Amino acid sequence: MPKLANNGVSSDRLRRVALIGNPNTGKSTLFNCLTGLRQKVGNYSGVTVQKKTGITLIGTERVEILDLPGTYSLAATSPDERVVVDALRGEVENLDRPDIVLCIVDATNLQRNLFLAFQIGQLGVPMVLALNYWDTAQKRNIAIDIEGLKEKLGIPIVPISASRAEGITELKDAVIQALDEKPKLISPTWPESIEEAISGVRSELPEPVSARIDDAALMRGIFESDEEIFKRAGASGLETQEALEISKKALFKGGLNPANAEAVLLYRHIKEHVEPCISARDSSRIAGSESIDSLLTHKVWGLIAFLALMYLVFQSVYSWAGPFMDLIDMGKSVVQDTVSNVLSGWPMIESLVADGIIEGVGAVVIFLPQIMILFFFISLLEDTGYMSRAAFLMDKLFSWCGLSGKSFVPLLSSYACAIPGVMATRTIQDSKARLVTILVAPFMSCSARLPVYVLMIGAFIEPRYGAAVAGAVLFLMHFVGLLVAMPFAYLMNKYILKTPPQPFLLELPSYQIPKVRDVMLKMYSQGKEFVVNAGTVIFAITIIIWALLYFPRTESVEIETREAFVSEIAAQNGWTEEFALASIHEDEAIVAALDHKVSSAFIEQSWMGRIGKTVQPVFAGAGFDWKITVGVIASFPAREVIISTLGIIYSLGGDVDEEAGDLREAMASQKWQSGPKAGMPIFTIPVVIALMVFFALCQQCGATLAVIAQETSWRWAALSFGFMTILAWLASIGINQVGSWF
Amino acid sequence: MKTLNDLNDGQIAKIGSYKRTQGVSRRLMELGLMPGVTVRFIKSAPLGDPIALDVGGRQLSLRREDAAQIIVQPV
Ligand SMILES: Nc1nc2c(ncn2[C@@H]2O[C@H](COP(=O)(O)OP(=O)(O)OP(=O)(O)O)[C@@H](O)[C@H]2O)c(=O)[nH]1
Ligand SMILES: [Mg+2]
Repeated sequence: MPKLANNGVSSDRLRRVALIGNPNTGKSTLFNCLTGLRQKVGNYSGVTVQKKTGITLIGTERVEILDLPGTYSLAATSPDERVVVDALRGEVENLDRPDIVLCIVDATNLQRNLFLAFQIGQLGVPMVLALNYWDTAQKRNIAIDIEGLKEKLGIPIVPISASRAEGITELKDAVIQALDEKPKLISPTWPESIEEAISGVRSELPEPVSARIDDAALMRGIFESDEEIFKRAGASGLETQEALEISKKALFKGGLNPANAEAVLLYRHIKEHVEPCISARDSSRIAGSESIDSLLTHKVWGLIAFLALMYLVFQSVYSWAGPFMDLIDMGKSVVQDTVSNVLSGWPMIESLVADGIIEGVGAVVIFLPQIMILFFFISLLEDTGYMSRAAFLMDKLFSWCGLSGKSFVPLLSSYACAIPGVMATRTIQDSKARLVTILVAPFMSCSARLPVYVLMIGAFIEPRYGAAVAGAVLFLMHFVGLLVAMPFAYLMNKYILKTPPQPFLLELPSYQIPKVRDVMLKMYSQGKEFVVNAGTVIFAITIIIWALLYFPRTESVEIETREAFVSEIAAQNGWTEEFALASIHEDEAIVAALDHKVSSAFIEQSWMGRIGKTVQPVFAGAGFDWKITVGVIASFPAREVIISTLGIIYSLGGDVDEEAGDLREAMASQKWQSGPKAGMPIFTIPVVIALMVFFALCQQCGATLAVIAQETSWRWAALSFGFMTILAWLASIGINQVGSWF
Repeated sequence: MKTLNDLNDGQIAKIGSYKRTQGVSRRLMELGLMPGVTVRFIKSAPLGDPIALDVGGRQLSLRREDAAQIIVQPV
């Protein structure tokens, strides 16, 4: 049904309200409250990194609400802040300018929060002000004279507590009224020098260019020395330069420094007009947080507590996820078996469904437990307020290579999966630091590498050196990537991006008790995001690999293998071939062995098998035979594929896991068939380590590449792929060569 | 001439001026680190860098390198 807009004209377009405010002021909490949606919230600056829209019902009108990332200023310094500016300008795809801005400010920190409000007000957008954290303000005896403030600001002001859903009705009423009345914030009276700068710039710009920029935009250009604003309106480089030069001169003449004129003027205005409406501040909240910090950021105890916490988190991610993963695996096998039985008449379809589709779904779902458990902890750490302390503690370790403490969270997440890790880099202001963090993230030992380590260590290290060494190797494997990543980041920064040292500004929010709902929500939404984004890619790739392993399927291969097998059995037992042929069907074990031999033969002459044999010389230096090479290539789209691929190649069938004893035995008994090393075992210790390091360093994850491309560009995704693959290849050869001397 | 960097744990000081006005200083001022504002040096991180400040009841952390740009007057 078409809506009746305020002017009585029917219109299909919903009226829009944009939620804008400093980071961590509760925008997403309010958004969820208004729309009933489930946007992620957390006690950490930069939880929301993308815009999100929802609908709220006010009276009978449906109003569109837009949740945006937090920002301190319209002078954006990071991609998530830029989103806010673009949304206000109406330059976001499929989104018109908002009809009004609902500015969310932290009532316990009005002065700083109103800085942004005044910037937005200057743009001429109608505004409603929500004073959030009203509960905290009252607890701390902060009295705000709302009537007085309304008079000074000239806009509706509503105290709310978003997390307790208090004041929402009043807020909705104010919003709907504002949509009709369009109240504007009373701007400060700017000194003459600003007026002079504006008119000076206008006289410098050609008439048509000047006409295209309104005063508000021009002022932003002057305050931010932002060339873009002029260039977008069609000014040449020279005209832009000169216009900015004139404005700077005008400001200097008025005793203002162009670099901080806006901050000086706005804070002066806030001090004169806003502060009188606020009664004395007390600082009990910060005092409480500080006493917790006296332990958690203590010189000694702080670091110990940090390490202990991280250990606990990873320990739990591994041990808690285990049973769920086993369950998923079991479920997968059951479904595969059932489907195989039903479709056994059509071998190709059976294989496509069981080994392709179900395997593909399984490959996605298997990661869910770890991702969700990791995000359970991450959101717990975020919600309590500890996450920023972790960044505070770790910053020094990252700063030498051009990263910052803010890289810590993304890199930590990458230990579960690089995909959420790469997405978490959106909170990093500096674009180059963000890029480097993205490129470094796939080096972190993600959970998909774990099965490979477990298989290799279980098969070769543990039997020879015992459980203690095995555990130590497993632990060390998790640092291989990190050890390579840090120097890589350093070199990238120093020689390729030539990054100037990036500013590091971090707010340490007060500690609070985490809210169960928020934590659950984040687990759910991360899981969903993973399934939707990465899941589809993983799924598609699994099917492609299946096809490469399945085709071409010439019947003669099966017949030849069968005949060879029968003669082998006959020779072994001194039977005639007819007798052997008849008797092998009696023994289930022999039937299974024959089946596995046939699958193995099929793989050998499949496209993938042929590729493996062709490519094998490339990996000869690392000591890989064609079978390992097939495993390596098949796992380029997703590392964990190697386990099932090896299972098939070694004639065990595909449903083996990394704990399977028979796969370990099969691998241990592999010998070179020909060449100088004929008869010697393939899997020597150097080869085993080379293979593990290859997996540690190689970019074998199509989903991560897709996410990197989405967050940067395909060029960087390609670079990441090329660099990591070459590095992994060189490292595996180096290790095998050096290792073979001993 | 003292900078933010030279303060001891718990020391209170008034912000004077910025040595450099480019780069991070703009954002610092937008966050309320304006000349004339009183801040309290809370502590430095265990590894010596960055530092934590109390600015108007908020804890803000910045690197020593940037803190060295801010001239202060202990009170
Ligand atoms: N005590 C109290 N806490 C609140 C209130 N509103 C929100 N919070 C908490 O403040 C934290 C931040 O909330 P978010 O909604 O994630 O803040 P945001 O503004 O969306 O943050 P960014 O997306 O990072 O900019 C959460 O832990 C909320 O539970 C409130 O009115 N009172
Ligand atoms: Mg948010």
